[in-house]
Amino acid sequence: MKPNSFEYVRVDTLNDAIAVLQEHGDDARILAGGQSLIPAMNMRLALPEVLVDVSNIGEMHGITIQDGGLRIGAMSRHAEVMKSSKIAEYAPLITMAMPNIAHGAIRNRGTFGGSLCNADPAAELPACALALGVTFNIQGSDGTRSVAAEDFIDGTYSTCLSDDEILVSVDVPAPEAGAVSFFEELARRKGDYAMAGLAAHGVLKDGQFTDMRLVFFAVDEMAVRASSAEQLICGKPLSEIDIDAVCAALADDITPFEDLTTSSAAKMVMMQVLTRRTLEKFIAEGAVN
Amino acid sequence: MNITITVNGEPMVRSVEPRLSLVDFLRAEGLTGTHAGCEHGVCGACTLQLNGQTVRSCLTFAVQCDGQEVTTIEGANFPDLQEAFIENNALQCGFCTPGMLMTANDLLQENSSPTRDEIREAISSNYCRCTGYQSIVDAVEQVAKQRSEVA
Repeated sequence: MKPNSFEYVRVDTLNDAIAVLQEHGDDARILAGGQSLIPAMNMRLALPEVLVDVSNIGEMHGITIQDGGLRIGAMSRHAEVMKSSKIAEYAPLITMAMPNIAHGAIRNRGTFGGSLCNADPAAELPACALALGVTFNIQGSDGTRSVAAEDFIDGTYSTCLSDDEILVSVDVPAPEAGAVSFFEELARRKGDYAMAGLAAHGVLKDGQFTDMRLVFFAVDEMAVRASSAEQLICGKPLSEIDIDAVCAALADDITPFEDLTTSSAAKMVMMQVLTRRTLEKFIAEGAVN
Repeated sequence: MNITITVNGEPMVRSVEPRLSLVDFLRAEGLTGTHAGCEHGVCGACTLQLNGQTVRSCLTFAVQCDGQEVTTIEGANFPDLQEAFIENNALQCGFCTPGMLMTANDLLQENSSPTRDEIREAISSNYCRCTGYQSIVDAVEQVAKQRSEVA
């Protein structure tokens, strides 16, 4: 359980990091919090020859309000994100998700950007990113570019980042009036990987949902929206939403994979339970407001 | 690589291989209170404080700690918590105990009067294969009560 030998480079600027990545190509890996990469290295599932420690890069730190929206630096530690009053105000979905990410000692090291770039199908933050429609700000040798949430992760443990690109920050749009969020996952033990999870974000206007995103994770190769189920929720009075039909429609959108502990059928039942809880909560809140 | 690291208040300058984990670094320095268990961040035996925050020292390389401060169980200052673990038989073999104490201390700093459920949630990050956890929850609960009576 000891990692292979590697060269360690700590950089202070994005340009220096990109230069190292350019030089070493896919032999190099970015080290942020290391809470997924280091276990993989200890088990020799990951064998990077060079680690580029980006923890000192100033532009990757900080949680700020910009142009009415929220910018979260990729190096923000989970513990910092969890306690951030700005995130609680602008993106409560993320605040709700944070306690489900591992345990306190891991959250003190693990980073917001690292979790997104790791693209674990059971991870919470990729689902939140999709539900909130965030934008990923990326820098590489060809300059900067911005990528929409649905284009960032393209498979299990896979993103659109090229070998010399770094995720610098993530922009979360300002919440619309009437925005509602709910997050829940079912895990065998607190802090374990989810068997199934749901990040839901919608907009309630004049007694109807004008937008609803149901993003499931730990059920497919990456976080995935249940589009046909979503359509059954929007554009009708709350009292006319047929929760049974929404739950039934999930099977049209997603065929859950089975994992070591949970069958596909069991995951579908969990998805339905999460959907029901979420909609009942949203409808109860909508009826009050 | 050369690093300067402050361990339990004492600055050290050492040359380390990048792949050396913080827990292995400390144990080689004779600070064997921090235990290497699963070595992939699950069991919690290696939990210690880095700059005042609990971290897994198996998921931290010593080179990453250049210029930083580490507190291990040898330098910890929570005798009442340690005493309560002894009183309540909250340990048997003792392998998990340093990490368990670090996690319990962190909980009590964040939340001075945790419920038993909150204690269980906090220590769910640390494995104990002897006690069944009941006595550990008792010990942590007792310390929370003692401290609130003193305060």
